[in-house]
Amino acid sequence: MARTVIPFGPQHPVLPEPIHLSLVLEDEKVVEALPTLGYVHRGLEMLACKRDYNQMIQIVERVCGICSMLHAMCYCQGIEEMMGLEAPRRARMLRVVWSELHRLHSHLLWLGLFADSFGFESLFMQFWKIRERVMDLNEATTGNRVIVSVNVVGGVRANLDEAQIRWIKDTLDEVEAGIKGLKSTIMNDATVCKRTQGIGVLSRQAAYDLGAAGPMLRGSGVAQDMRQLKYAGFDELNFEPVVETAGDCWARSSVRFRESLQSIDLVRQALSKLDDKLDPGDLAVKVTGKPEGEVITRVEQPRGECLYYLKGNGSTFLERVRIRTPTFANIPALAAILPGLDFADVPVVVLSIDPCISCTER
Amino acid sequence: MSIEATMIAPSALLAEATKLKNDGYRFVTLTSVELDETTMEILYHFDKDLVLKNLRVPVVKGGTLPSISGLLFGAFLVENEIRDQYALSFDGLVLDYQGKLYSETAHTAASSPFCKYQVQKAETKPGGKPASEPGNKPSPEPDDTEAR
Repeated sequence: MARTVIPFGPQHPVLPEPIHLSLVLEDEKVVEALPTLGYVHRGLEMLACKRDYNQMIQIVERVCGICSMLHAMCYCQGIEEMMGLEAPRRARMLRVVWSELHRLHSHLLWLGLFADSFGFESLFMQFWKIRERVMDLNEATTGNRVIVSVNVVGGVRANLDEAQIRWIKDTLDEVEAGIKGLKSTIMNDATVCKRTQGIGVLSRQAAYDLGAAGPMLRGSGVAQDMRQLKYAGFDELNFEPVVETAGDCWARSSVRFRESLQSIDLVRQALSKLDDKLDPGDLAVKVTGKPEGEVITRVEQPRGECLYYLKGNGSTFLERVRIRTPTFANIPALAAILPGLDFADVPVVVLSIDPCISCTER
Repeated sequence: MSIEATMIAPSALLAEATKLKNDGYRFVTLTSVELDETTMEILYHFDKDLVLKNLRVPVVKGGTLPSISGLLFGAFLVENEIRDQYALSFDGLVLDYQGKLYSETAHTAASSPFCKYQVQKAETKPGGKPASEPGNKPSPEPDDTEAR
């Protein structure tokens, strides 16, 4: 049968960021998919040699806007480990609060985009309307909606007072009610299920062997989440990974939907652990010396496991900053599940990995 | 402070990666680290039950390592990235972008843009699947392809 090569992206209505896929089709079936990167590569890892280790916080925050807080947290945790520092308990709990707010707004953004990928624009609007409340929380508590820039080596630079904590709790009640109100539509609606169930199936074994990460991995039945490592304040919180077993687009969607509600619960738990009394030392410890040695640190970003390898030589500049982002790990899995699909399902399946190309290319 | 890593020779890499895969380890990624003017090391990260296992493989700059992408397909992207940025070659790469993962002109300016000490890329024999149009990626058989 004759084959046709269809270019998918880098500009495509369903893609928030540029990635190109060369789709080789036989009739309407995809037989091969080859990703092309390079549209937003910035060489940020290289900047480690030219910016001091404190300036690198602002740089890693810009690896990706939507996970900026988690990039900075992962980086700061690595530097702290290298320098033998431990952030104060309150700072670790505040890191949980802002990182889970990031996960919440990222998942809500994705749920909206996912609805849009199969043409459900009113559902897209509803999710993004709810997300705005979370963005308001970020802005009011840190000064920024997206790149909140709260992490410093040794702790955090911002605090929450009693009025803010009360307001966050009240707002999250409303956000939770809003998300639950959309559950029957995104999870059970017949038209949604028809576009997502049994589509883009990634088996448990394939997900594991291909090194998939995050909801892509958990949607295929692997209960692995870096929050199980108990970083930041997770050692004091009740947490179990959200897992689905079908491995299809619906399963990945369900993981993210349930994780949205889980993030709200984790924020509430973390807020309940904040002491009323605060002295300045509760936010960050004093940092002396320069980073030396090498360390690997991992956190769970909204899209999955993020790994930082840091190497210092005792000077102000790090020798190496290596960032492995979750989408980088999920692209081989995407290339593996696209063959065999109908061409019409490609946008939905591509979106189902929650691609973040800024992260991937750095 | 340094990470726990097992030092292995490049010739033992495939056997060690196979053993880790059979032992239930999940491939995480590779990290390239420049050591000095002439040498670098590649760290191979694997995970099992949230515990990392790292392999440290020394290699001469501009040299060649065996690709593990035939064993672990997920490695093809990072091996191509290292080739782009550090001018290392991987023998047997299943999807070979031929040094053009991020830019079709990357190697006209510098052979190893991420190295502090630049090296001229060593002459290597192409391995694995050849890249071609479009975007320098492998294409289907030319006789039965109709490009739109």
